[in-house]
Amino acid sequence: MTPFLTRTRGRQRLHWTDWLAYAYLCLGVLLMFGPVLWLVISSFKTERELQHYPPRLLPYVQKMEKVPGYSDPLPVFKVTAGPLAGQEVAQVRRIGIVSQVVRPDAPQTIVKVPIKDRKPVEHVALATSNYAKLFKRFNFFQFFYNSTFITVVATIITLLINSMAAFALSKYDFRGRGTVMALIIGTLMIPPTVVLVPLFLIVRDFGMIDTLWGVIIPGAATPTGVFLLRQYMLTIPDEILDAARMDKASEWKIYWRIILPLSAPALAVLAILSIMWRWNDFLWPLIALQRQEHFTLQLALNSFRGEFNTDWASLLAMTVLTLVPIVAVFAFLQKYIATGIASTGGK
Amino acid sequence: MSDLELRGVTKAYGAAQVIKGVDLHVAQGEFCVFVGPSGCGKSTLLRMISGLEPISGGEVRIGGEVVNHLGPAERGLAMVFQSYALYPHMTVRQNLSFGLENLRAPKSEIAERVTAAAQMLQIDKFLDRRPKDLSGGQRQRVAIGRAVVREPRIFLFDEPLSNLDAELRVEMRGEISRLHRRINNTMIYVTHDQVEAMTMADKIAVLRDGRLEQFGRPLDLYNTPDNTFVAGFIGSPRMNFFKGHVRGGAVTLDAGTTVPLPAGKFQLAEGAAVTLGIRPNGMKPGNAGLPLTVASVERLGGESYLYGTAPDGTAVTVHSPGQTRIEPGTQIALALDADDAHLFSTDTTRSLLRKDA
Amino acid sequence: MLKLITPFMQIVDVPMRALQGLLGPRRLAWVFLLPNLFVFGFFTFLPVILNFFYATTGSDHILLQDRPFVGMTNFGQLMNCQSYLDPNTCQIDVFWRAVHNTLWFIVLQVGFMVVFSMITALILNRKIRARGFFRAVFFFPVLLSPVVVALVWKWILQDQGALNAVLDYLGYPTVNWLLSPTWAFAWSIFLSVWFHMGFYTLILLAGLQAIPRDVYEAAAMDAASPWRVFRKITLPLLMPTMVVVMVLALIKGVQTFDEIYAFTGGGPGSATTLVIQYIYQNGFSAAPRLFGLASAASILVAIVLVALTAVQLWITRRNANG
Repeated sequence: MTPFLTRTRGRQRLHWTDWLAYAYLCLGVLLMFGPVLWLVISSFKTERELQHYPPRLLPYVQKMEKVPGYSDPLPVFKVTAGPLAGQEVAQVRRIGIVSQVVRPDAPQTIVKVPIKDRKPVEHVALATSNYAKLFKRFNFFQFFYNSTFITVVATIITLLINSMAAFALSKYDFRGRGTVMALIIGTLMIPPTVVLVPLFLIVRDFGMIDTLWGVIIPGAATPTGVFLLRQYMLTIPDEILDAARMDKASEWKIYWRIILPLSAPALAVLAILSIMWRWNDFLWPLIALQRQEHFTLQLALNSFRGEFNTDWASLLAMTVLTLVPIVAVFAFLQKYIATGIASTGGK
Repeated sequence: MSDLELRGVTKAYGAAQVIKGVDLHVAQGEFCVFVGPSGCGKSTLLRMISGLEPISGGEVRIGGEVVNHLGPAERGLAMVFQSYALYPHMTVRQNLSFGLENLRAPKSEIAERVTAAAQMLQIDKFLDRRPKDLSGGQRQRVAIGRAVVREPRIFLFDEPLSNLDAELRVEMRGEISRLHRRINNTMIYVTHDQVEAMTMADKIAVLRDGRLEQFGRPLDLYNTPDNTFVAGFIGSPRMNFFKGHVRGGAVTLDAGTTVPLPAGKFQLAEGAAVTLGIRPNGMKPGNAGLPLTVASVERLGGESYLYGTAPDGTAVTVHSPGQTRIEPGTQIALALDADDAHLFSTDTTRSLLRKDA
Repeated sequence: MLKLITPFMQIVDVPMRALQGLLGPRRLAWVFLLPNLFVFGFFTFLPVILNFFYATTGSDHILLQDRPFVGMTNFGQLMNCQSYLDPNTCQIDVFWRAVHNTLWFIVLQVGFMVVFSMITALILNRKIRARGFFRAVFFFPVLLSPVVVALVWKWILQDQGALNAVLDYLGYPTVNWLLSPTWAFAWSIFLSVWFHMGFYTLILLAGLQAIPRDVYEAAAMDAASPWRVFRKITLPLLMPTMVVVMVLALIKGVQTFDEIYAFTGGGPGSATTLVIQYIYQNGFSAAPRLFGLASAASILVAIVLVALTAVQLWITRRNANG
């Protein structure tokens, strides 16, 4: 085992710098994964457990027991002092610092125990109460639907119109092509963050403020997407297009029967980028969407943060549900995304 | 099935004229090869015929009808591309049927025609494969098949064999010739390889710098080239050219030898600067004649080639049947066969052959 | 997938065929460009122009015809400072606080980010087991949404959070991290580095892997020490990538908003308010909505961004040519 662990691919034994490298990487795993893992674990803790200080690593759930004569299961405690010391009891109710308990084998006799003399009986378990509450109390599905709708529709539109533009810019030699290219490079310099006010006015004039379309349309034409696709389409030989023209295909047919299928790898990269941008988008939706029923998950999360600062239970559950889809999708496509993002500069 | 006629066809990119007025008539059912060195405009001319490249001037007529304004799809032609240009994401079957689908042919007819073409080209076993799973020769067949199923009025081939290895090229050459005999369609075939041109063509059009240098049957071009360019381009190894002057019904070469010419065969002007062309097999090592310093010898077994220089520095190639004993470095004398000689004006490069002779 | 889009594409084919007949294939290119240009035109170019109108007009009306022309007043107000080093002497002190914050933020953030991504990339470039896994570990925060990132760290840093519990356990005094201006700012930088580091690591790693192996082999033949190899070979050959990373990080640093806003809301006070948040607050969150000031500020930001992007394009082009 030891030689297996300490052998590197190149040298026979680990150099001290290798140990240092692995130490750094392990610290990295802790620092990068740890916080998110902590959040996920925390989301499976009961509200009571969340308020436990110092927090415990694993989620604990108090043992509940069905006692004859009581309709709901009762929480189980272990008594630490007094006549019942060492016994497990079920708490019927708590009044101030006194807890009224019953022994499971004698459900009729209520015994009073000071709360400092009892300890909850707990076991490690995932509590799904936060999630249940989230679905019950909040319009979670509405937010989820809004986010999904925006992501899916925007990605489809982005793929369609960007690939059309890239096709024109890569396969036609027309007057003004240079100008169009320059304009698109220009838009790289103008992120939406610096045109918020007029953008708001224009989207308002289109009647799209506080609609999902107001979020979808303004960002549908991405210079990154056009560039990415154009670069790829330039590698498709023109002779194939000529062959299709000889085969009596219309230009539109060439676009969707020849160019689109052949650009699939680049389209996949753009699709992934677009999904990521849209799902995680924040500032523009924050401005463009006003009524809560139009909020995306990100906006909902942000608004919870302000509204009830202490309701970490719902917030944690919702955070997990927000990050799960994207992480799940991308766990499978990690390599694709990494190369895609590296090749385009991310945005 | 149609003939093709070009009338004063020109093509210019801005100020640069690449096709400088070509007149040509390819009769119905003819196999016509456009040949010329790279950059001569032969591919451009083919693309202009196909409609993929707009025409700057002149007329293209197919079956007597002017098609200048028609797009590539409407001209009823089919083309086989140099890179094959198969649709990489489609199976062979889809590649073959794509064009017919665009023509909205009925499904049964598409299937029928695809099967027939596939059988003819022996690709029926690969119909459900994609181009990347095929060998070079098979791809070539698919590319031809794609043209065949369309049953075009004219077939266009753009250097279709240049991506194949030598052996396959010979095989496909025969294949295309057989195809032509079988469907007896008008075909235009572009190549830079004069062997392909000689072996396949009914008619050859030799192009240089956007101009048609000569148009005719292969052996006519070989036997009576119109100018030094055609003479040098057709035939392998290429013709030897010697500079000289006309001196009393004979040519005195700059290399020193005098070659008598058959009377009345050429238009001779006393003292005119002329170029004498003799093919490598028109000369024999002998006792007297043109002195040649042999630089190297290629011995192919059944035949030999001698490479050397004449006294005036002209490079000379000599074909010698059988095996030779001549060694590199020796000096030999060449007997020139005046009956096989071609004579060109040095100034105009044009042939001095009497047309009426 | 193909079955789904085929009918749509076939329907579009009808008008496109007609247009092709009308325009010819060459001018048809404009039809293909049209949807993209429409979106660019209305939602990028037009706003750029309108931004200047907003910046030179006053009042809290959104409609341009309701806004009186005020010339350069908005810029004058923004720039009206006795000393640019001290936001308190400025007429619009919040703006200058945001500017100061942003400057400190990007200097520290870009600095730390480049250093840590460089170290990580160098380590990941070694012969290491499970390299793919470790690369993914450092990269994966890039995928998260800014709000999620903010909440992840807020949960750890809250008064009764995990970090304080650990400090408690070790016997150190606890801190209410996000209520202290200095700590909130420091953690903002930390969070931002944590969030974006993987992206730059990836770019640097690609740069490292593009250095040809034989250069290192030649250095090994020359008996160069590892440190000298790094100084004399790796670093100079990686320099172009480093510069790209730095400029990219600067461009994104100036635009930082999402994660910090969701993390601290700009507070406590205005300790973590950055310039984009200033624009957002003036234009959209607080009444009166001072669109003029917001636009003027965004034009100032845009000038910085255009300059930085020009530098970036110039560098990439020089790298590509050299």
